[in-house]
Amino acid sequence: MKKFLSATTLALGLSVSSFAVAEPIKIGLITTLSGGGAGLGVDTRDGFMLAIKQSGNKDITVITEDDAQKPELAVQIADKMIQSDQVDILTGIVWSNLLMAVAPGAVAQGKIYVSTNAAPAALAGEKCNPLYFNAAYQNDNLHEAMGEYANKDYKKIFIMAPNYPAGKDSLTGFKRYYKGDVAAEVYTKVGQTDYAAEIAQIRASGADAVFAFLPGGMGIAFMKQYAQSGVKTPIMGPGFSFSQDVLPAIGDAALGVKNSGQWVKDLDNEANKKFVPAFQKEYNRLPSLYAVQAYDAAQLILSAASKASVKDSKAFAAALKQADIQSPRGKFKFNNNLHPIQDIYVTEVVKEDGVLTNKTVSKIFTDHGDAYAKDCKM
Amino acid sequence: MILSLALEQLLNGLQLGVMLFLMAAGLTLIFGVMGLINLAHGSLYMVGAFACAVVAAATGSFWIGLAASLVCAAAAGAIVEFLVIRKLYDRDHLDQVLATFALILIFSEGARWVFGSFPLYLDIPPLLAGAVPLPGIEAYPLYRLAIIGVGALVAFGLYLLISKTRLGMRIRAGESDREMIAALGVDIRTLYTVVFALGSALAGLAGALVGALQSVQVGMGEPVLILAFVVIVIGGIGSIKGALVGALIVGLTDTLGRFLLPPLLGLVLPASTAGTVGASLAAMLIYIVMALVLAFRPRGLFPAKA
Repeated sequence: MKKFLSATTLALGLSVSSFAVAEPIKIGLITTLSGGGAGLGVDTRDGFMLAIKQSGNKDITVITEDDAQKPELAVQIADKMIQSDQVDILTGIVWSNLLMAVAPGAVAQGKIYVSTNAAPAALAGEKCNPLYFNAAYQNDNLHEAMGEYANKDYKKIFIMAPNYPAGKDSLTGFKRYYKGDVAAEVYTKVGQTDYAAEIAQIRASGADAVFAFLPGGMGIAFMKQYAQSGVKTPIMGPGFSFSQDVLPAIGDAALGVKNSGQWVKDLDNEANKKFVPAFQKEYNRLPSLYAVQAYDAAQLILSAASKASVKDSKAFAAALKQADIQSPRGKFKFNNNLHPIQDIYVTEVVKEDGVLTNKTVSKIFTDHGDAYAKDCKM
Repeated sequence: MILSLALEQLLNGLQLGVMLFLMAAGLTLIFGVMGLINLAHGSLYMVGAFACAVVAAATGSFWIGLAASLVCAAAAGAIVEFLVIRKLYDRDHLDQVLATFALILIFSEGARWVFGSFPLYLDIPPLLAGAVPLPGIEAYPLYRLAIIGVGALVAFGLYLLISKTRLGMRIRAGESDREMIAALGVDIRTLYTVVFALGSALAGLAGALVGALQSVQVGMGEPVLILAFVVIVIGGIGSIKGALVGALIVGLTDTLGRFLLPPLLGLVLPASTAGTVGASLAAMLIYIVMALVLAFRPRGLFPAKA
């Protein structure tokens, strides 16, 4: 009788979902903490750790390593984390080329990968995987939003992106929704810092607007040079080019620029009203897109951990897919290809109390998925 | 319209070349006089940019920042020469490359430690803001014109320094026979420190000038360093004149390649393919030029006599 009772209590205890499963979870966070792209990685790490800290969950260990934005290093770190640290979940990679080097291998070994940013088309369509989740977006999404937005005011647009996979995805995404003429389609060198030649082409093109996808230092350099060039053609871009990590360095040259995001600092929802001050209090700066995405990735993992054992990757993945979280973005759920379905906004760079930041202009897409989900057989 | 675009691109190429010259001049001077390959030259460029950004933010004046960049980069150069480089003159180039590579890591992570990973803000001084019309060109940024001016001044100043002054005479003597000049009683150690500090100050100046146009962040020096090496290999290692000519060749090739290749390829390929292929080819162009120069003039266009 005694035995029976204790067995039922045990079974009951396990089935009640609100109890955190007291089982240690090891998470490997690989992100870029040195070199030119470190700002993005630092925000990723800080956003992720904020959610872990807020949860007070003592069973979760996060091992953080710097990939220095090098694919070969990311692969080595992932191997080490899987084999010697025996992590259950990998996350944190910022760049699509690094993600392509790590994620397919990790999920093939039965590990769960939750992407905090990189979302190459290759993993969203036919090659989607039940253990690969993306908590951010699909790479094309923010560019698609700007394409849709451009239809309203512009007829002839000059489009520009760096010459690498995410750059091509960007212009493809833009053109998927933009209906007007393309004045010129220019690909720049990755890491290029001087844009005089491109700015001269913009001046000569007679375009009525410019769409530029130039993340990190590239965008800073371009915007500063553009402001000095005397060319007045309005600029727009995806949120990455005008995110909180680069705005202070661009300065007033960014004022008034339209860009897009699936999260904006001033979104009116409870989770966001808690998240922004909490992040500011912890790190003494405003959060960026990258911080929000990582924060949600951690929230997703935490919520799944309270429902299933990470040792049973199928059950854990099913729990992740429910996306039972309060995201600062508002609505958030997973599509069949485990990429988000969410709202996307157009925003404008403004100055608030002397600090440059983005404010919402309008919602451009409601419950937006991605163009590749239909090829995913899940 | 086409003519004004072409003129503007020529000017852009010239400006990129002048900026590269500021980097390459210091690099080639140090190599010519001391036979030292200094990979940490890009870090001194970063030091200049950071010094300018920090001081300009504190004082509100770009010009004080610019002066600070010269002083800080020269001081950093002199300290590095005294502590590290001095031990390397008699070693072979592999040791020098290893030690100066270590310096890159120390400078980069040190800067990250002090200033963090996010780019700093540095803007163009109001005096040089905006664009001015030029004959044949609708408008050209004043600041870029100023960079061309500074580069021309530095080139002329270096020419005067090396051919007309006592210090220049010693530098030339040091280039051709360092044992002999030491035997003649010239304090070769001080000379080396001075040359190293001078080269560093030029890198710091370039960093500060360019930092206002680009982003001031950790790791900003390395891409420029690679271009500066291409410049001095084309120009002839150790030759200031070679550095000037090489810098202009690289600046013009790179700018005109980026501008002309995609539309030229567009004549034979579909537009979107021409864009990506043209961009990739343009990125390779300066290395192709370097390979060609090396094939026909293995010691560069203006080889130093040593």
